[in-house]
Amino acid sequence: MTTTEFFQRDRTLHPPALTPGYKTSVKRSPQHALLSLQTSMSEITGPRFGHGDIGPLDNDLILNFAKDGEPVGERIIVHGRVLDESGRPVPGTLVEFWQANAGGRYRHRKDTYLAPIDPNFGGCGRTLTDAEGYYHFRTVKPGAYPWRNWVNNWRPAHIHFSIFGTGFVQRLITQMYFEGDPLIPHCPILAAIPDPEALDGLIAPLDMNASIPLDSLAYKFDIVLRGRRSTLFENRLEGN
Amino acid sequence: MPQTLNYLRETASQTAGPYVHIGLAPGAAGFEIFETELGGDIAGPNAAGERIRVEGTVFDGTGAPVKDVLIEVWQANAAGIHASPEDPRHAEVEDGFRGWGRVISDFDTGAFTIETVRPGPVMGRNGRMMAPHLSLWIVARGINIGLSTRMYFGDEEEANAADPVLNLVENPARRPTLIATRKNSDGAPVYRFDIRLQGDAETVFFDV
Ligand SMILES: [Fe+3]
Repeated sequence: MTTTEFFQRDRTLHPPALTPGYKTSVKRSPQHALLSLQTSMSEITGPRFGHGDIGPLDNDLILNFAKDGEPVGERIIVHGRVLDESGRPVPGTLVEFWQANAGGRYRHRKDTYLAPIDPNFGGCGRTLTDAEGYYHFRTVKPGAYPWRNWVNNWRPAHIHFSIFGTGFVQRLITQMYFEGDPLIPHCPILAAIPDPEALDGLIAPLDMNASIPLDSLAYKFDIVLRGRRSTLFENRLEGN
Repeated sequence: MPQTLNYLRETASQTAGPYVHIGLAPGAAGFEIFETELGGDIAGPNAAGERIRVEGTVFDGTGAPVKDVLIEVWQANAAGIHASPEDPRHAEVEDGFRGWGRVISDFDTGAFTIETVRPGPVMGRNGRMMAPHLSLWIVARGINIGLSTRMYFGDEEEANAADPVLNLVENPARRPTLIATRKNSDGAPVYRFDIRLQGDAETVFFDV
């Protein structure tokens, strides 16, 4: 296998570290400039995962924590592709996701929102992309929830995503939002993204073609990871 | 108008939020769901080399511990080989050595612990060896995009002095923010490595 580097990360489309509208970032944001580092073997390599790492129900949030029935809520399928910036699929990569239940409550010991825990909903899952970079999972649509930032802040309905790619510097955590959610323009975490197109890239459209009649609606969410350089100048990394 | 390049653009990052544990460490969130949680064992049972333990805390700009942080670790094995097909020698890593793991801070104290083996030196750019190090990626509520840094070992003075990445840090006074100090202990060596997100001794973070 050829060792190749990644494209430089375009930080203009990511939220900067300091975004005062999202108050917690104020004291958790580095103030020195990041030190630009050309990648070495430590960065272009990354962990690989296989089917032995995950269980058969891990991508089914309707069944993976069901105790005495199925979770309450709007049944949905979330599907899409993981691609790199060159448009190439990223096969066999681990995608993890977590979310609140239909009432907007997380199954987390630190979540004290008054909406009830759903006894049949855990709220997390994971899957591997297939050879074409596709992934899919089944869940219930998460509810909006309030959080302490301004007095009256509500998170739009969202699903958290964690994606690996092939190199450790492709690592990405993001959130998927739902088309048409009126809370989207009110969210300071979303407003932290300076680039309107980049923000739109986090909003999954309703995908009627992928829905299952009389069963589940579907949303499509494609994810783009940093591109890897192809063969040009491949020998430069190791010097000579 | 010239042709267009047609590159896609990377998906924007968003904070991992306060409930990151649900997805990436559900046991800590307070429930069992997966047969195996990922990232609990960095080196595996067969890894050669010295077993080490790293203890630390992530601090915010007020000096308070960050109690809801999640750190991912990526490293080479004791021979300096990564368990990844991009490493030409990857087939030589020990069975069960992944070199990747995730740790979370204690919800009450903010302390985190990394148990692994000491990595070997790794080939850097232009044929220059890099001193042994762990690559770290830090996410939490309030962190909009994961922070990348490295942890070097304080008892590798000679290798650290020649390390091409440490030498990129223009102000030598900031280099120690990347170097863990060895503590006295019986048995396996223990290293202290605190991470400061902001403030006087802000850790060096990389744009990699
Ligand atoms: Fe959330």
